[in-house]
Formats: sequence, structure tokens, C-alpha cells
Amino acid sequence: MEEHKIRVLVAKPGLDGHDRGAKVIARAFRDAGMEVIYTGLHQTPEQIVEAAIQEDVDVVGMSVLSGAHMTLFPRVKELLDENGADNIILMGGGTIPEEDIRELTEKGYAKALFTPGANTDDIVAWIRGVVQ
Amino acid sequence: MTDKLKEIEEKQKAWQERFGRLKGRDAKFMTVSSDPVKEIYSPADLVNFDYDRDLGFPGEYPYTRGVQPNMYRGRLWTMRQFAGFATAKESNERYKFLLARGQTGLSIAFDMPTIMGYDSDHPRSFGEVGRVGVAIDSLQDMETLFNGIPLDKVSTSMTTNAPASILLAMYVATAEKQGVSAEKLNGTIQNDILKEYIAQKSWIFPPQPSMRIITDIFRFAKDYVPKWNTISISGYHIREAGSTALQELAFTLADGFAYVEAGIKAGLDVDDFAPRLSFFFNSHMDFFEEIAKYRAARRIWARRMKEKYGAKSEKSLLLRFHTQTAGCSLTAQQPENNIVRTAYEALSAVLGGTQSLHTNSMDEVLALPTEKSVQIALRTQQIIAYETGVANTIDPLAGSYFVEALTNRMEQGSEEYFAKIEELGGVLAAIDKNFFQQEIADAAYRYQKEIEAKDRIIVGVNEFSQEEQLGIDLLKIDPEVELAQVQRLKQLRQTRDNIRVQNTLEELRNAAQGTDNLIPRILDCVRAYTTEGEIIQVLREVFGEYKEKAVF
Repeated sequence: MEEHKIRVLVAKPGLDGHDRGAKVIARAFRDAGMEVIYTGLHQTPEQIVEAAIQEDVDVVGMSVLSGAHMTLFPRVKELLDENGADNIILMGGGTIPEEDIRELTEKGYAKALFTPGANTDDIVAWIRGVVQ
Repeated sequence: MTDKLKEIEEKQKAWQERFGRLKGRDAKFMTVSSDPVKEIYSPADLVNFDYDRDLGFPGEYPYTRGVQPNMYRGRLWTMRQFAGFATAKESNERYKFLLARGQTGLSIAFDMPTIMGYDSDHPRSFGEVGRVGVAIDSLQDMETLFNGIPLDKVSTSMTTNAPASILLAMYVATAEKQGVSAEKLNGTIQNDILKEYIAQKSWIFPPQPSMRIITDIFRFAKDYVPKWNTISISGYHIREAGSTALQELAFTLADGFAYVEAGIKAGLDVDDFAPRLSFFFNSHMDFFEEIAKYRAARRIWARRMKEKYGAKSEKSLLLRFHTQTAGCSLTAQQPENNIVRTAYEALSAVLGGTQSLHTNSMDEVLALPTEKSVQIALRTQQIIAYETGVANTIDPLAGSYFVEALTNRMEQGSEEYFAKIEELGGVLAAIDKNFFQQEIADAAYRYQKEIEAKDRIIVGVNEFSQEEQLGIDLLKIDPEVELAQVQRLKQLRQTRDNIRVQNTLEELRNAAQGTDNLIPRILDCVRAYTTEGEIIQVLREVFGEYKEKAVF
């Protein structure tokens, strides 16, 4: 049986243009053999969830460097759940303080969050571990 | 080749053999930009070196050694810390804090809605008001921002691009209220839209109307705010997006030449606007590479402005620049180490002859900086200025075989990039073809892979790491800030003269549809307390919006 190719949506919400991390991670996922869809910049939570459902992805990886992570992750999670897409794993990265990471992951708004300095191989391995 | 040089080459060959027999350390010897570095540099690397032609003296063509004859012996660089958060009132307090501690210029950070042209009550602004900078919706906020700060006494740099004309107009209008006339105003707007398409991605309109707004600003400023730097052509963000030092240099200068060409094409005399162009570079960790970059930048600019664009005024030839230490070099791990990184980066900017400098705070990789960390960053500059002795003599690294060879390499590499960009049809065409974006993405990915393969060691990240508890306090922005700002804006909309607002907006629309200079119309809007979002909306309706074809 052919192995399921993991599909990831790399999403860049918010008004900022810091797309270095999103692009590096998108490329690392692609090099690791995943199907990657990159939304481009300035996406609203609604646009991200619509793209995730349309593209039938396993994972949404959201890159947030604007400081708005405490509103964006809960909002996207809420929209995924509302649209019957609670099977899609929401994870992300960016400049997110430790305290906020704890709160977002404990409350289930994000499955995991990676900060600057994280190794892309570790992130790939983490995704392979959680996508059944 | 002289006999002396031959002799040196022979001696070097002999030395090279001895060197080759010794076991080397297990490391990649390359710059931060992944360029190989040789074990030694000597006169053999500078065979065609001509002091007069390549360096000259400070304040003299081709200005490699500095733009002023006396450099830091006359006046130290401006210590200008970028700051802004939450509301105008809180930022105003931070500016006063910095000025009281010896800072010599202001640098305003706006929040993302202000940068992108949305009012604080726009649905797209939700969650972002006051987060990464200060929220400015109308003249009212600008008046608060500079309350008690006399605008004829400070120089102010504003990091704004797509809506730069509006924020400049608000600054001018605030000065009017303070009784300060516009020709006394000193400062800079970033206003560099090309690097937005290339790297920073805070665009609103498509390139053509954006370039028109910029040339309108050149024309307006020439007569109205003659001391104002109308553009800060920025490599900083290109570098932060992952470029190499050479790409930062070459792409930034290419943008600069594109603005010069746009100004000339709009019918302006090159010497009427070129003296007001300024630059903004990054200072990354590779000490010598950065110094070479600044020195090459001055030389390339002077040569091209004179030879290609026929500038006659000496001021048109001078590449004056601001520097910020590299945010992307800071680590979230062991953040106190960032103080040391920033100090070295700041030192290379000073040795490279910067006109002004921002030193990052250790905690900026985690959040906006606290007062304590900002103070350490500012003190870092003061220690360089007053204790290290590096400001005693001008361009102290000139004549270093290594630094001169690197400077030459930077210039040659830039010329190669200019040729490539020209081949693609110029800067706008190259943006459209994703040339810059792909080059930067490739470099960023290579850098990341080098770190992961440990070809590049980052202290505390892939070596010398430790389990740690974050030992520093972080600045928190209260979510109430957004609600209060939205409330203030609502009140303004109720109390201002809304008929006047509508009239100024209609006049702006007419100007935008025609060819009249937009800036006087924008100034009228601003004086009537028309908001930034309302002005942008009218322009958006006329000019349309830019859409990126994203590549990775």
C-alpha cells in the first residue's frame, strides 16, 4: 500500500510580513516529502480555515510573529471545530513567550508551538509522529 | 607587478606550504553569508589597489572612508533607538525616558494596522492594535505622541512605507499646532516601497501608483520640508528576510538607483532630490564582512551617481546611512548573550562609518523590549563611543588587506547583481519575476541548513545549550489598549467636522485619478482629522491592491 503523503498548510495570518520562518519551514516540509500549500501573507483566520478544508490537509502550521498569537490560535481552532475539521492538527511557531505557549497548548488551541532556534528536522519528526 | 610584490608572493607561497602541513581545526571557514574566507590576506590580494582611486580621504570622492571630512571627530553618530508600543500616550512616555537618558534622536515604531493602512477599529486590525508599535489613527494620536517634545529640537525617523505620505503629513500638522514651521523639521520617513515587495511585505498598492506617491513626496518635500529625508532605502529587512550581506547591499543599491531613475523620469533634476535620499543597513554578526559592506556601499553609490546619473552636487554622491543591529542574529535561548552579539554588531557599524545606530535589546526576540533592556542597548553605544577609543580616528581599518579585499569583492559582486537585474528588465520586472524573493528564500534556507548541520555554530542554540528558565522580565501589552484606542477613535468620528472630512477625501480622490501632487491633498485630509484608514481606503479604490505570487 502506498504510504499516505502528509499534507500541510503553512499559513501566515495577521498583517505583518515576516515570512522567513514560514518559507523555511515550508521548504523543509517539502524536502521531507510532504505536500505543502503555502497561503502567502496577510491571511484572515477564515481564509486559513477555508484553505485547510479545501486542500484537505492533515496539519495547519501557522507562523505568527506579530504578537497576536493569543487571539489567532484560538480563533483558527474555533473555526476548524465549527466547520467539522477538528481532525486537522493545528500547530505553529514564531516569537511566542513560554508562558503563552503553555496556555495555548494546555487549552488545546495549538498542538505544539516552536520558537526561533527550533530544528526543522525535529519539527518534521514531530509531525510524522502525530499524523496517523 | 613590482619586484617587491613578486617577492611577497613567493614568500607567501612558501608560508602556504608550511601552513598546509599543519592540521586545521574542524570548522567551515566562511562568512555569515557563506562566502569562503582565506587563511590570510596580503598585498597579493590587492594587486591593482589604488589609494586615490579606491579610497581617497573622508569626505572626498569616492567616499569609501566616510561621508564627512571629520566623521566622529566632529560629531558622534546619532544614537537612535527604535521604539513605540501600545498607545500614543505610553509611547510618548518611552520617548521622554529615552531622551532623558541621552538618546539624540527619535525613531517611531508603528503597529501593524498603522503600517498597513487600517484604522484600529477595522476588522483586520483585531488583536494587532498597539502590539508591535504604536497605534496612530489620526492627527489626534500624533499630537499625543509628541506632546511636550518640541519638534524643532529633535530629529524623528518614522518607519512607515505604504502610508508614509500620511504620517509625514500628520507630523507636519502636529508641528503646525506646536507653532513650528515645516522647513525646520528634521527627520526621515522610510518610504521605501520596493523593499516591501522584495522582503518586508508591507505593501498596499501596486508598484506603479506606489512609485508615483514616492515621487510626489520628493517633489513636495523639496520646497516644503527641505531638511527632511524623504526616503530611507533599506537593506535591513532584506537581510532579516534571510539574504546574504552581498544581496542586502546589491538589492538595496539597485532599489536606490530605481528611485533615482523614477525621480529623473518624473522630470526632477537629480540634484534636487538625491541629497535627501538616505539608507538603512543591517549589521549582522560577521564583523569584517559588515564593515566591508558599508565601505563598498559608499563607493558604489558615489561612482554610479556621478558617472551614470550625472549628479553634479556633492551631496548627491554621499551615501548616508542608519544601521540597526541584526534582529535575526538574536537567540531566544540564553537571551542575555544577545547583549554581547549586539555590541559586536554595533562596533562594526561604527567602524563602517554609520551616521546613526539602533542597538537591539536582548529580549526583542521574545517580545517588545523592557525599559531595562533598552537602557542596556543604549549604554552599549555609549560605551563604544566614549570608552573603546574606536571613534578617535577615521576609518581605522582602511588598508587592512582583508578588509580592502572584502570591500572590492562586495563592489564586484554588486556590479554582477546589477547586470543581472538589468537583464531581467529592471527592479520592478525582477520583483514581478520573483528574482529577489527567490534569491533571499534560497539564502535563508541554506543558512538554516548550515545551522542544523552544525557547519555554523550559534552559541546556546546548536552548541553550548542548556536547560534554562527564562530569567528576564518581558513587556506585556494589555489587551485593554485595543479597546481604549477603538473607543477614542469612535469618539473622534463623532466630534470632528465630518463634512470637511468628506470634502477633503473627495479632493484627494480627484487628485489620485488625475496627476496632481497628492501630498498637499493628504495634508488637508489630515488637518481635518480624517483618519489614516479613510485616506488609504480612497486611494485603494483608485489604485487597487497589490497581490503577491508567493514562492518558497
